[in-house]
Amino acid sequence: MSEPWEEEGPGEIRKFMYVNRKAPYGTIYALESLEVVLIAAAFEQDVSMVFMDDGVFQIKKGQDTGQIGMKNFSPTYRALEGYDVEKLYVEAESLSERGLSEDDLLVPVEVMSRDAIARLMDEQDVILSF
Amino acid sequence: MLHTVNKSPFERNTLNACLGHALPDSAVLLIEDGVLAAVQGTAHETEMRKALEQHSVSVLGPDLSARGLSPEQVIPGINVVDYAGFVELTENHDKVQAWL
Amino acid sequence: MPIEVNGKTYETDEEGYLANLSDWSEEVASAMAEVDGTSLDENHWEVINFLREYYEEYQIAPAVRVLTKAIGKKLGPDKGNSKYLYELFPYGPAKQACKYAGLPKPTGCV
Repeated sequence: MSEPWEEEGPGEIRKFMYVNRKAPYGTIYALESLEVVLIAAAFEQDVSMVFMDDGVFQIKKGQDTGQIGMKNFSPTYRALEGYDVEKLYVEAESLSERGLSEDDLLVPVEVMSRDAIARLMDEQDVILSF
Repeated sequence: MLHTVNKSPFERNTLNACLGHALPDSAVLLIEDGVLAAVQGTAHETEMRKALEQHSVSVLGPDLSARGLSPEQVIPGINVVDYAGFVELTENHDKVQAWL
Repeated sequence: MPIEVNGKTYETDEEGYLANLSDWSEEVASAMAEVDGTSLDENHWEVINFLREYYEEYQIAPAVRVLTKAIGKKLGPDKGNSKYLYELFPYGPAKQACKYAGLPKPTGCV
């Protein structure tokens, strides 16, 4: 009989990738993805998050939702490290098409080319797209 | 007529469809994810500058701020408006077409 | 069920979490603990204050695993372990401490 503070092993570790392609606030996808990632972090899998297309705006610095009456959830991306979600990838082409650079982002990320992201996707066991 | 666009130009062709149907004297207001079209240095800047030759174009400031964008980053010629400005725009036009 | 403190009534959800974060005060926290038959000492407050700071910074209530690790980093291994935290908050450190801290129920909390 195990006590509540005794943890079970993670079992077989699989590669999960969360693909984020939508800007925050206009639709619910960004927040839903973030919540799923935080919940699924408990399963101790090999998790990565990709921010591409308008998804790069999710981690844009300086978000201020005071006037639109919605919660600014951008600080929560900085909590991901504490959840052991440390693989954050951003597609270089998506940044430049939007006039953005790595300096505009609020968390440390690895900027990768579209080709490299494509190869990374191919290595995954499970891909969840938001 | 006032046209509002609430979709990102990177994701949907809503802005394109709007600009293709907007007559020269009509105004365009970018709201929600549509504000992403108003920023300088994006792949849609040329298209927006062309639209500015024919239309008065505005963008909703609160939606810019929410996405971490500031009025200084907006293409010159596009008016940044607040909610009162949004209301004023709708009052100044006989009708509103909301492109979704 | 709403909670009453010093003649003022505060809205809560069905599990006793405060409906409005801004309603929180130390008196409200103590009153919530009293309902559960707990009296808060300095060790409880240390965790409650830690949670409030965490929420302020990240806008979420941490999962228990994350809380334990973060407490260990800040207050040392004697406190950053599940046994210590479960002894302080027998209903589950994340759940019960978050409630007293006036935070929503942790995301992904079991």
